[in-house]
Amino acid sequence: MTQPATRSANRSGAHCLPRTLLALAGALSSAAALANPEHPTQWQLNLTRGVSPLSHDVWDLHMAVFYVCIGIGVVVYGAMVYAMFKFRKSKGAEAAQFTHNTKAEVIWTILPVLILIGLAWPATRILVYENNTSNSVLTVKVTGVQWKWFYEYIDYKGQPVNNVSIISMLATDSNDARQMDSGISPWSIKSKHGVDDYLLNVDHPLVLPTHTKIQFLITAADVIHGFWVPALGWQADAIPGQIHDAWGQLDKPGTYRGQCAQLCGQDHAYMPIVIKAVPRAEFQQWLVTQENKSRMQDVSRTAQVVAAPGAAPQG
Amino acid sequence: MNTDAAIHHDDAHHDDVPKGFVHRWLFATNHKDIGTMYLVLALVMFFIGGAMAMVIRAELFKPGLQLVQPYFFNELTTLHGLIMIFGAIMPAFVGLANWQIPLMVGAPDMALPRMNNLSFWILPFAFLLILSTLFMPGGAVAGGWVMYPPLILQTGESLAFTIFAIHLMGISSIMGAINIIATILNLRAPGMDLLKMPLFVWTWLITAFLLIAIMPVLAGAVTMLLTDRYFGTNFFNAAGGGDVLLYEHIFWFFGHPEVYVMILPAFGVISEVIPTFARKPIFGYKPMVYATASIAFLSFIVWAHHMFTTGLPVGAQLFFMYATMLISVPTGVKVFNWVATMWKGSMTFETPMLFAVAFVILFTIGGFSGLMLGLVPADYQYHNSYFVVAHFHYVLVSGAAFGIMTGVYYWLPKWSGHMYSERWGKIHFWLSAISVNVLFFPQHFLGLAGMPRRIPDYNVAFADWNMVSSIGGFVFGASQLIFVGNIIYTVYFARDKAPARVWEGARGLEWEVPSPAPHHTFSTPPTILPGMLAHGDITH
Repeated sequence: MTQPATRSANRSGAHCLPRTLLALAGALSSAAALANPEHPTQWQLNLTRGVSPLSHDVWDLHMAVFYVCIGIGVVVYGAMVYAMFKFRKSKGAEAAQFTHNTKAEVIWTILPVLILIGLAWPATRILVYENNTSNSVLTVKVTGVQWKWFYEYIDYKGQPVNNVSIISMLATDSNDARQMDSGISPWSIKSKHGVDDYLLNVDHPLVLPTHTKIQFLITAADVIHGFWVPALGWQADAIPGQIHDAWGQLDKPGTYRGQCAQLCGQDHAYMPIVIKAVPRAEFQQWLVTQENKSRMQDVSRTAQVVAAPGAAPQG
Repeated sequence: MNTDAAIHHDDAHHDDVPKGFVHRWLFATNHKDIGTMYLVLALVMFFIGGAMAMVIRAELFKPGLQLVQPYFFNELTTLHGLIMIFGAIMPAFVGLANWQIPLMVGAPDMALPRMNNLSFWILPFAFLLILSTLFMPGGAVAGGWVMYPPLILQTGESLAFTIFAIHLMGISSIMGAINIIATILNLRAPGMDLLKMPLFVWTWLITAFLLIAIMPVLAGAVTMLLTDRYFGTNFFNAAGGGDVLLYEHIFWFFGHPEVYVMILPAFGVISEVIPTFARKPIFGYKPMVYATASIAFLSFIVWAHHMFTTGLPVGAQLFFMYATMLISVPTGVKVFNWVATMWKGSMTFETPMLFAVAFVILFTIGGFSGLMLGLVPADYQYHNSYFVVAHFHYVLVSGAAFGIMTGVYYWLPKWSGHMYSERWGKIHFWLSAISVNVLFFPQHFLGLAGMPRRIPDYNVAFADWNMVSSIGGFVFGASQLIFVGNIIYTVYFARDKAPARVWEGARGLEWEVPSPAPHHTFSTPPTILPGMLAHGDITH
């Protein structure tokens, strides 16, 4: 075994027991605490509430149905456990012979229907809200490719964006560490803010403005991919030949991480999504810079062709 | 041919067992022998699929790539799914059906014994074929058991072999289903009215109709993959005017009823076992039958809930959400009826009852996560994450597989004539019931934290719960060796004879024949006496 690999084994071993127990106790005692919207955390138990009005609705629905399940579980399991202790042969229980009870049966058919209606109501409202992409301020086209993401800015504030696009691939440090027998510990891969970003970091993140309704047009170039950033509150399949539209909004600046959710071949685990949300003014500035850059590139490309006609391909 | 049939027909009236391996097993037409072969095949496949799961859990034990390359990992997840569904769960239930349905309805054998032989003997070849693809150039299929194009069309030459194997499995399932329907509808003993049949027979009757309806749909879907790949058609190729989503629609039109194919017979087993050990008739016999039938009907109109994230029109998403939520009503009725059967009973907790109780509790957890997944906006966050993996393993492992184990412990004394070891049965139960939760419960957390399914490596934030889950997986895998040990002990080594009525509270025709059940039973239809049937005097 190579030296760094041993170190990594020690590292994971050392972090294991005492810290693990503490962390577990912490996580369980603060189970209701909100998960970090930017990236997953160790021992995380629950869904992130996200940073979008939409993701907040989704989180509320998630918690509502969770509590409904807990409630039903308490009743059903409570009855079972009571029955298992009370009606044992070893305790001299005599078997009754009843086989139906109309009142109970009507109740446990009607009551679930009412509970379901109570859940379907908000779910329907959120779904309609979720599918309304109108009045978006920025449109970004997202294309999944084996195994990277391609982002194109289509329009912003009603104006077409001039040729700004990003190819986003797994960051090199993660890519080196992920190779079998690389000897690099996944725990050693960290962002400059100290976030463990192994397999959750890219070379060029998708830059988006905060407090802006963004329409995503999602598609794929080869096989089906899945665009999933939990902070936005949804995932959308990227399907070749189809455009899937969805909207998101990021109400807090930050670096939001997600992954391809749909199996897309051997490197499916290695095409993360990173969104860098910046204040609107900063985004505006960034976008102008990018537009100028691509204009410059166009100019210099044209200039090259004009200046060196001999370089043109010869019949 | 004619003489052959005549000789065989004559044989059926004697109680002698065919001599020699070839005659006894290869030419088997006896429902008990064929049932045994189905169960043995299922057990072997359970361990092959389980070995794949062990490698998957070992790779996921900690972050970083340690054991297998990503592509091989995908081959493992794909084959694990196909083997467990088509090789372990389905054949195990057909094995239980072969053994039990003729015994339970008072029939001398299955209605179509030779077809029964064929439908079994196709299967070993289908699985040899699909396992052999692991060693082909380019490797086995690696696009997940759902085999979505275009990804699946990138597979090497093993695709054609896999599709042929799936065709074989489908043919086997359809023949098995026809046989079960023919047996139940034609060979019931006089007095065994449809609404006096044991619930296991009822659930299998409904399951068999599901199978006949859906297996041709799967065959069609994979055939279109085959022609797209080898004959230049463009069913699923967007560039050629095809539609990728068409495959998903066709596949899940098969796939959703398929999950009920794997759970309805388990419902049947549980509905036999709980009344026996509660010494009390099943609560709500007719509601149980109607609930099963409604679940089967609804299972045909909910397929797109596997496709909520594909961008279906809002109206379609709403329809499939409502239909999906509706399924929880008849499913709830079944759970409530089981609890009501236990209520005011006189319960003992032998191994089959322990597994049955664990089934009700753990299947219900899978039902809860199913309800959560049914809500479209929430599904947008759960879809394709480990939350889904946790959900369907709760219903398939602690649901379907526990249902099979319940049935095996319950009827093994009848099949072998000996009692299994109760002590080792209980050890097997407790180890399985605890480890299955250590294995799958943390996967809910992983999914909610954002871990996608079908990945060989992950961010370090997911490390802790994955390690817990893997430890649970190893314990669960090892515990199943106890199961095999107990079966081998019972069949070959156990001394004490099981009585005809193995369990004090058991009612039904299978308990009227001696243990072990003779090679030929009910050659003349039994006379059904009052009190013999569990549901002989149904007024409810």
